[in-house]
Amino acid sequence: MTKRFALGIFDDEDVLLHAIDNIRAAGVKVYDVFSPYPVHGIDDALGIERSRLPIAAFFFGLTGLSFALWMQIYMLGFDWPMIIGGKPHIALPAFVPVAFELTVFFTCHGMAITFFTITGLYPRFKVPVMDVRATDDKFVMAIELDETSSQLPRLTQLLRENGASEVNQKEMTKN
Amino acid sequence: MQHVSALREPLVTGGKTLHDVTQDICYQVEAKPNLRWMAALSVALFFLGIFFYSVYRTLWYGIGEWGLNKTVNWAWDITNFVWWVGIGHAGTLISAVLLLFRQKWRSSINRAAEAMTIFAVICAAMFPVLHMGRPWLAFYVFPLQNTLGSLWANFNSPLLWDVFAISTYFTVSLVFWYIGLIPDFASIRDRAKGPIARFSYSMLSFGWKGSAKAWSRYETVSLILAGVSTPLVLSVHTIVSMDFATSVVPGWHTTIFPPYFVAGAIFSGFAMVLTLMLITRVVFRLEDYITLEHIALMNKIMMVTGSIVGVAYITEFFIAWYSQVEFEGYAFINRATGPYWWAYASMMTCNVITPQLVWFRRVRYSIPLTFILSIIVNIGMWFERFVIIVTSLHRDYLPSSWAMFSPSIIDIGIYVGTLGLFFTLFLLFAKFFPVINMAEVKTILKYTVDNGPTYNPEKAHAAHAHHPATHGAPASAPVTYNKHD
Repeated sequence: MTKRFALGIFDDEDVLLHAIDNIRAAGVKVYDVFSPYPVHGIDDALGIERSRLPIAAFFFGLTGLSFALWMQIYMLGFDWPMIIGGKPHIALPAFVPVAFELTVFFTCHGMAITFFTITGLYPRFKVPVMDVRATDDKFVMAIELDETSSQLPRLTQLLRENGASEVNQKEMTKN
Repeated sequence: MQHVSALREPLVTGGKTLHDVTQDICYQVEAKPNLRWMAALSVALFFLGIFFYSVYRTLWYGIGEWGLNKTVNWAWDITNFVWWVGIGHAGTLISAVLLLFRQKWRSSINRAAEAMTIFAVICAAMFPVLHMGRPWLAFYVFPLQNTLGSLWANFNSPLLWDVFAISTYFTVSLVFWYIGLIPDFASIRDRAKGPIARFSYSMLSFGWKGSAKAWSRYETVSLILAGVSTPLVLSVHTIVSMDFATSVVPGWHTTIFPPYFVAGAIFSGFAMVLTLMLITRVVFRLEDYITLEHIALMNKIMMVTGSIVGVAYITEFFIAWYSQVEFEGYAFINRATGPYWWAYASMMTCNVITPQLVWFRRVRYSIPLTFILSIIVNIGMWFERFVIIVTSLHRDYLPSSWAMFSPSIIDIGIYVGTLGLFFTLFLLFAKFFPVINMAEVKTILKYTVDNGPTYNPEKAHAAHAHHPATHGAPASAPVTYNKHD
């Protein structure tokens, strides 16, 4: 399926943020904004909800902690109890370091995997980008067009009025 | 949104624009390797050759190739292990702790410092693995049921804690570093001319496009990873110090070890970061990104941690006397005045006295002096580990078994070999990966080039609520980017 986009190219993050506010207020839906670096305040401007990733992080950590404690208590306490230095089989203080390390291990890798999965990041041969300058020095606002591109003249004017240095059109094939 | 005083020294000098940043940092990746880089790589590869030869001798003939004896059965291997792990700590400190403290200056140095961490941990891991004698059985350290019996690993042992600490540290640092690299790989990919470069950087960039939502998640993930890495970096050297502190050897059995080792690790790590950065900024012409201000700030951290280490040395000595434990007292007197007095003296001079020179502004801002100081600190920190390990062991409870340690040529070979390994990896990194985090430097650029943001979300939203008819016009005049042509 091919989708058509109007691309407003901006040179400055502040101009971009004003433009997002004005364009959204004019009733136009902003498809996405591509920027070379994280623009602070863009989440609120675009209405992106606060990420729930921290909650996921907590549960990954909890999993790691439980796994580590279970592993150590099961192995040394139940499966093959050994007397080491005359200490109890389940010597909890000695289990703290491994429990801590595995908590961090699970949190970090769980977060990385979650981040890659929900953001759709994986190694691929070819990356279709809206505008190659979006990873260099330009801020690209993409607005989806309908079949006939009838809104294009109006959008062009709107983007221009809001400080876009260029307005381009782009076709993207989505599968 | 953050306000920065106009009196502050800019973090990036030279009036760079966003495009200049991309240009300056991608230049090294895109250009043909220069002669200086090739020369440096060949030297590093030569030392890597020494490493491989020494490893071959160690594995083929056994640990007898090392200078160890019955009394000193742990020497250069563990010294080098602790030294390398310690060096790694600065990278995580810069990438995690300074991120949480919102120290924006970290942006220009965090990438290379994190790379240094990863390579240093690789070098560190070589020593315990080689000391096993049969590294192909290294998986025995993990809690897998022993195939010959049904024993599990001993979770009461600090050496096993080390296995978990170092493997967690390595993988977490690697993931943190890679996530940071993804947007920069995307920048290189979108500029790439040749098909091979485009293909490789497409693969490496994981299809990053820089969309607003992706950035939002990226920042959340970075903060969480920084949050977990901060206690992690403190735990790693704490656990390394417990290899010694939980034993009953005089000179090792001290509760001061964990904080003392962590401070020492950051101290030596910053010294190594300084050494590498001073070279990198000249070779790759990054003087505008790694400014004198950065060097001075790193010097300050080095001085603070160096002073903590100095206090720890004195405290240790005091407690040895105050405890009135004869063996503890002897261990320390022997360190300072025994046959290894020269190692102790080098440690004291390099770690306690020379870093105090940084109190002088002229030293802090001087590139040659900083470079020399950073090398001295690295030597001093190596001696610290050597002193702690060898002088505590070489005269044990039984005077008849007192001995001296001298390294064999293979010991030396493995040590200088890991330096070769480290620099080979670092040079390859510096050539093919962006040495400075472009995306992050771009975020701080605006506040150093002009006087901060004009966008105010409250004002903008209030304007919409009251004047719904005026939306076609910009809320304020477009800000022109100050381009310093």
